[in-house]
Amino acid sequence: MSDHEYTPSSKFGKWFNDRLPLLTLANHLTDYPTPKNLNYWWTFGGILTFCLITQIVTGLVLAMHYIAHADMAFSSVEHIMRDVNYGWLLRYVHANGASMFFLAVYIHIFRSLFYGSYKSPREIIWILGIIIYLLMMAAAFMGYVLPWGQMSFWGATVITNLFSAIPLVGESITTWLWGGYSVDNPTLTRFFTLHYLIPFLILGLVVLHIWALHVPGNNNPVGIDIKKPSKDTVPFHPYIVIKDAFALLMFCIVFALFVFYQPNILGHADNYIEADPLVTPAHIVPEWYLLPFYAILRSVPDKLMGVVAMLSAILILAALPWLDTSKVRSAVFRPLFRQFYWILVADVLILGYVGAMPAEGLYLLIARVATAYYFAHFLIILPVLGWKEKTTPLPLSITEPVLGGSPNLAAARSDEKIEKTIK
Amino acid sequence: MSKLKNILFVLIFSIIVLNSSNSAEKSPPFLETKWTFKGLFGKFDRASLQRGYQVYTEVCASCHSMKYLTYRNLAEKGGPEFSEGEAKAIAASFEVTDGPDSTGEMFVRPAKLSDKFVMPYANEQEAKAANGGAYPPDMSVLVKARKGGADYIYSLLLGYSEPPEGVELDDGVYYNKYMYGNKIKMPAPLSDDLIEYTDGTKATAEQMSKDVTNFLMWSAEPHLEQRHKTGFRVIAYLIILTVLVYFTMKKIWSRVESKV
Repeated sequence: MSDHEYTPSSKFGKWFNDRLPLLTLANHLTDYPTPKNLNYWWTFGGILTFCLITQIVTGLVLAMHYIAHADMAFSSVEHIMRDVNYGWLLRYVHANGASMFFLAVYIHIFRSLFYGSYKSPREIIWILGIIIYLLMMAAAFMGYVLPWGQMSFWGATVITNLFSAIPLVGESITTWLWGGYSVDNPTLTRFFTLHYLIPFLILGLVVLHIWALHVPGNNNPVGIDIKKPSKDTVPFHPYIVIKDAFALLMFCIVFALFVFYQPNILGHADNYIEADPLVTPAHIVPEWYLLPFYAILRSVPDKLMGVVAMLSAILILAALPWLDTSKVRSAVFRPLFRQFYWILVADVLILGYVGAMPAEGLYLLIARVATAYYFAHFLIILPVLGWKEKTTPLPLSITEPVLGGSPNLAAARSDEKIEKTIK
Repeated sequence: MSKLKNILFVLIFSIIVLNSSNSAEKSPPFLETKWTFKGLFGKFDRASLQRGYQVYTEVCASCHSMKYLTYRNLAEKGGPEFSEGEAKAIAASFEVTDGPDSTGEMFVRPAKLSDKFVMPYANEQEAKAANGGAYPPDMSVLVKARKGGADYIYSLLLGYSEPPEGVELDDGVYYNKYMYGNKIKMPAPLSDDLIEYTDGTKATAEQMSKDVTNFLMWSAEPHLEQRHKTGFRVIAYLIILTVLVYFTMKKIWSRVESKV
């Protein structure tokens, strides 16, 4: 929050602002003191907001032409692709937009993990983020069902069947979710309704996420508390706005390459075959962004325990602020944590890879090891590291980073390297 | 350590990328041919699309429907671009059932530009009954519904051969090395000089396969040309804007002693 009280200059502005302080809010957002050393990994918050708005706007127009009925959904999508003006563009932006959204959210989450942004006093921001991420997965899953292709249908069947693993009430819950005894028209219509609703819930949570962020202010690559405003900060506008705009444009170029030149590469060919309850596809795979969790699910031999493991893999993140016992936020000053961080990144990539492969033989073994390591990272490595690790000395402020030839120089350099790689 | 890290990542990524096209069953690499619709400015070969339509209508259409296509599409920009008169004549050569008329009777009339492509069978059951239990898939989006896309369809059409030693085939099942499981219920549909092209091109099996695959690619992505054209403009615009914003950012940030 800005330190100074804001008074609008015009008389009307003052009259209005006394009744509804929108101008104070606008002033706060413009002046908001932001650490000046934020690197490009910090631009993904703005990029994610852009993704959400893009999905809502394109989705709104698509919903005007889409028909949520088991007999007509597939052909209504073809109608959009063929006959609606720029329907192909809307649909390809929306479908690839989901992938871009997840790409951005994974970068955003892993940035938090590296720089310890989830630590006190930012736990609530982090937990809100995890809820947003969960809702995103629900929205994306239901959205994938709407075209009513083979992968839509069988993906929905596999995922909804997971609920039947719940003891005693599992079967009834599954029937209740389906609105019948199998995935059918009632399932499609309710998925459509929920797919339409969830983005607005996400939007509300995003407002809370940003609000909660503006209380302590941004974390930064050095991870130390800074005075605000001070010579360590810059006002949000124009400094951060222009930097976010630049990063967003770079992101949009990648986005456009997918939409215009490889619009179907992230999807599955089987989804251009209309859903057929009598024909099961050879391999049922979820979209790429859900693959790591799919791998965790399949690595446990028991169905119920598999579901529990998959859910825990996400929910464990919510407990992260308390599992990571280190007082130092940024990995820049935590040499050991830094190694484990990159092993975790590799571990998640491996999980994603084996998630796309058949669950047998060597793949299954790899999935099990990687799953075990995933949990070990959060439950064993992080708590122990906090006590054992010898961190390097922290600078006093951003502007006076390291005094003399301290070992931090190497760390700072590696940080620079990350910046360079995105540039 | 950071070197080790990089090596580790390159390794993981390359494994993922190299293997992502791998499925449990390996099929031989697809036959190579040059597609005009690929690339930054990819466009359809108009004459090939028109010949492809001829192959479809004279050969494939006896079993395969194309239910999402309309006769007017044949005259639309970015497609085979038959003249409106030609498209009307094509449509008129088919009969559709319409009605009911003012007396409540259904009647048969020649198709118009606004009609969907006439289907070879009344329903899926009839199609299966006529084809030994196998349903000839609708071809409107077939290229996008198969892994490998146009290359796969082209290879499949030319991939028929006698089964290798030890492979037993039932009656009405044929060997095709590109088909999933190598067994296909469709007999080899194309052979040299099966049809006579109206434009005088020699109708070899390769030529017909290529033309009809082109046609199927267009039917699956009727706006492909517009997509490429728009895409190039959008990306060019974005790049210019990005450069301008970059210099603006540099200028703004030069006021604080911190680098961007």
